Amino acid sequence: MQIKVENLQYVYSQGTAYEKQALRDINFEIGGGEFIGIIGHTGSGKSTLIQHLNGLIKATSGKILVDGEDIYKDGYNFKNLRNKVGLVFQYPEHQLFEETVLKDVCFGPKNQGLTEEEALERAKAALALTGLAEEFYEASPFELSGGQKRRAAIAGVLAMEPEVLILDEPTAGLDPAGRDDILEQIAHLQRERQITVILVSHSMEDIAKYAQRLIVMNRGKLLFDDTPKKVFTHYRELEEIGLSAPQVTYIMHDLQERGFGVSAEATTVSEAAAEIIKALEKTHDS
Amino acid sequence: MAEMIRTENLIFDYDKRDEEGNKIGSFRALDEVNIEVEKGQFIAVLGHNGSGKSTFAKHINALLFPTGGTIFVGGYDTKEDAHFWDVRKSAGMVFQNPDNQIIGTVVEEDVGFGPENLGVPTEEIWKRVEESLKAVGMLEYRQQSPNKLSGGQKQRVAIAGVVAMEPQCIVLDEPTAMLDPVGRGEVLAAALKLRQEKGVTVILITHYMDEVVDADKLFVMSEGKVVLEGTPKEVFSRVEDMQKYCLDVPQATLLAHELKEAGLKVPAGILKKEELVEALCKLK
Repeated sequence: MQIKVENLQYVYSQGTAYEKQALRDINFEIGGGEFIGIIGHTGSGKSTLIQHLNGLIKATSGKILVDGEDIYKDGYNFKNLRNKVGLVFQYPEHQLFEETVLKDVCFGPKNQGLTEEEALERAKAALALTGLAEEFYEASPFELSGGQKRRAAIAGVLAMEPEVLILDEPTAGLDPAGRDDILEQIAHLQRERQITVILVSHSMEDIAKYAQRLIVMNRGKLLFDDTPKKVFTHYRELEEIGLSAPQVTYIMHDLQERGFGVSAEATTVSEAAAEIIKALEKTHDS
Repeated sequence: MAEMIRTENLIFDYDKRDEEGNKIGSFRALDEVNIEVEKGQFIAVLGHNGSGKSTFAKHINALLFPTGGTIFVGGYDTKEDAHFWDVRKSAGMVFQNPDNQIIGTVVEEDVGFGPENLGVPTEEIWKRVEESLKAVGMLEYRQQSPNKLSGGQKQRVAIAGVVAMEPQCIVLDEPTAMLDPVGRGEVLAAALKLRQEKGVTVILITHYMDEVVDADKLFVMSEGKVVLEGTPKEVFSRVEDMQKYCLDVPQATLLAHELKEAGLKVPAGILKKEELVEALCKLK
């Protein structure tokens, strides 16, 4: 599934004293099983942008083409779009409402018109993907811990089997093991099913580890759209707009300045370790 | 040094209830916790989701009371009714989501809410509002609506609101979980400045390991117990233990650990990028 965003503009509360341009001139294209990261300071327009992608917010001007079809033309089937583009909001566990976890996860697929049986099958598969243990399926979602609730809520969207999965800070407030676990599962899903994943995050380390492509938002504009490695070489500009690079990237830059023969492109711990070892071997050989 | 907080075999059991509200069991969230914090220290509490960190934090300002053992805050046993307000005044709390904590329509009103509730005279309230906003670097926003602030700025206003009550101790329960990297840095700097300038004890609960490398002491909790304690150097040098408790270490520490495993002579206890860069330059 291809989504093409053309000259997208969005103005909040247009014509009132609170008018604010949230998005300006956004252009990009996604599709075909990528893992895309979106970063930006709070208020940069990230959440507004992703809500355009499944038609929850209508652009003030500009176009969104899904598989070539303009979603703003009369009679466009938004229900179909929302079936294909799944959106996991911040703190999705606040939206759990059913009596049991399993019923909650079934809600989406049943709304898609699947039978009870098909919905159950989907729900169980989705729950298994998020790593929530089977003993909790019949529990009330409100009895679960924070991390377990988060998994149940993400499963609710996965059960709809979206072709594009958008997650808005899915790991905020989770402990490091829970964070790694959920992101690993999502990355696995993306590879396995060839779906497109869009991850909005404030963790540069997570973005560096998982994303193949990185979009940077600043004051409603798209500032960078490139591989994480390339984007993080602009770390000084990123700092000016409330962001940063992963800590290892800073280490590599400092080493380079101190005359170490390392490339400063490493953005993950394992890449950095390999690069440092290689550089030390070279100096000792010569 | 004077004692700020001391717990003696602190236990807290949550009741489990059925739909009619009948008790059907209990869950031990804190299991014989013994923690001592001195006045003016910067303490961090780490632990997986459900480890009991927040339950412990809520005991510090008497939002929860022990079901076993004792907690002393500023020398007062929190279970003694006579000292309830003394405890509440000694310790202020800041939570994760700034939007749930800000109530005023103008920044300075929000900050003045706490001291007003304590019955502080009006003139003194204004003095405190000004001082606390200055302390967190938000004085120039005093007349603004909190809605227009960034996440980091809102959280600093929330801290100012606590500071205006002049507590001896501030407990920050994941104050940076929703913030961008620069916002995280601002909030942490504001808290540590209070400690330096006013001698306020800072207790930080967080999942970001790099925020706690300057702490005087770390407590690591798991399943309601304190399982590791010590300086950041002591705690973070146990990389495998930290991972076992579902935690992490700062990236510089992890990189040092990986290099050491690969046979490089990197010293133990590296926490900051500068330390690692220094150590590596010696190997060149």
